[in-house]
Amino acid sequence: MTKFAEDRCYLETHEWAKLEEDGTVVVGISDHAQEALGDVVFVELPELGLDLEAKSEVGVVESVKAASDIYSPVSGVICAINEQLEESPEIVNDSPYDKGWFFKITASDPEEFSSLLSVEKYREICEE
Amino acid sequence: MGQKTQLYELHQEAGAKMGNFAGWEMPIRYDSQIEEHHQVRKGVGVFDVSHMTVIEIFGKASQSLLCKLLANDITRLRIPGKALYSAMLDFSGHILDDLIVYFLAKDSYLLVVNCANREKDLAWLLRHIGDRDCTLNEREDLSILAIQGPDSLAKFAEVVGVPYRSTMEKLTNFHGLWCGKWFIARTGYTGEKGLEIMLPSEAAVELWKNLVSHGVKPIGLGARDTLRLEAGMNLYGNDMDETVTPFESNMASSVVMEKRSFIGSKALKVNQGSRKLVGLLMEDKGILRPHYPVFCDDVMIGEITSGAFSPTLGKSIALARINKTHGSFSVEIRGKRKSVDLVRPPFVRNGKPMWKAW
Repeated sequence: MTKFAEDRCYLETHEWAKLEEDGTVVVGISDHAQEALGDVVFVELPELGLDLEAKSEVGVVESVKAASDIYSPVSGVICAINEQLEESPEIVNDSPYDKGWFFKITASDPEEFSSLLSVEKYREICEE
Repeated sequence: MGQKTQLYELHQEAGAKMGNFAGWEMPIRYDSQIEEHHQVRKGVGVFDVSHMTVIEIFGKASQSLLCKLLANDITRLRIPGKALYSAMLDFSGHILDDLIVYFLAKDSYLLVVNCANREKDLAWLLRHIGDRDCTLNEREDLSILAIQGPDSLAKFAEVVGVPYRSTMEKLTNFHGLWCGKWFIARTGYTGEKGLEIMLPSEAAVELWKNLVSHGVKPIGLGARDTLRLEAGMNLYGNDMDETVTPFESNMASSVVMEKRSFIGSKALKVNQGSRKLVGLLMEDKGILRPHYPVFCDDVMIGEITSGAFSPTLGKSIALARINKTHGSFSVEIRGKRKSVDLVRPPFVRNGKPMWKAW
């Protein structure tokens, strides 16, 4: 069964965004996305300190099936990347909502977070 | 919804992700494609390849027909059941299809061709049969299971009855024999030891269930593609088609021109084509994929025809058709140039890395 984490928001392009207590936003891809992609073999992550706009391309996830762009859900500065993905990209398949996170952003506009998809809305899109 | 094999329901029950392959609804993967790949390299797996087209050709003129239609020389087949890999060419020497032909007995052959080329091949064969003493019979009634991997023969022997087992034990590589209603062959598309079994559908369902209950893992077409690519085997439609010759497709060893005349041979004697199908190996991260452009010293010299992540090597490999084989090579991946090494496939054989520098 495809899992939908309840404690976060989503993009139509299948990224999730989770607001942490310290105000940073963690980003990854959904269980639905990893299931559709198949085995992830390589993740290209942004550089620390990169300043980016919401909905801009920020990396690439390459699976056995295809290369897919990763979009940033919000604007801000990259403040952490998941270095474990370098050695073990399969974590994205095993744990898409937890250990398989991609990067963290210090959001520049907290308002943007409210414009993202709720889990209910995202689930509807996936089930269409 | 495409055509379904007789094992379709078993695939669905096993939770396979299905996809369309040349008009057929086929299992792409059951779980992790990479795990399925390793399973075949290290143990044994079973594939449903019932979509492939099987054609019997018999009659007094069958040998002369196949000598005319195939670039490889079937008169070399003397032992009943022995098989050859061959291209079938058009008059300009371009590839209509690649196939396996079994010499069953005098005046009796069995062809296995790509299902994507089924109509084209049947029409071509019928056209050249004309009024020759030769009959063509498509065996749509047969299902095909490929059992592949170092443990494949032992597992098959464990699961089937005595007559099938003793038939299998008689086989050499690239050799197939009928045993009752089953055709058992030592062939495959993975670069491992293995069998391909053609058999009536009910028996195929039963054999599949028996194999799976004895621990043989079902393998999807996704892993089949990375296994064949590691083995340096071409896929029709990707690596060759009606725009290229066998010499441009790393198939020179399957073309016998000397003292022979076949459809396409005249054209090939004049022009074999100037491009080469080569192997590429990338040390850098990223995945080589079909149609990515290939460069030599900054000049574009061709493109990738098949590319993937190689689970055995842990890096990306590809086949590419290029018109220059000396220099320093790179591939453009999503706007970035990455350097690659030119190699001679296969990349992997019998579970082990194996390639030569170009």
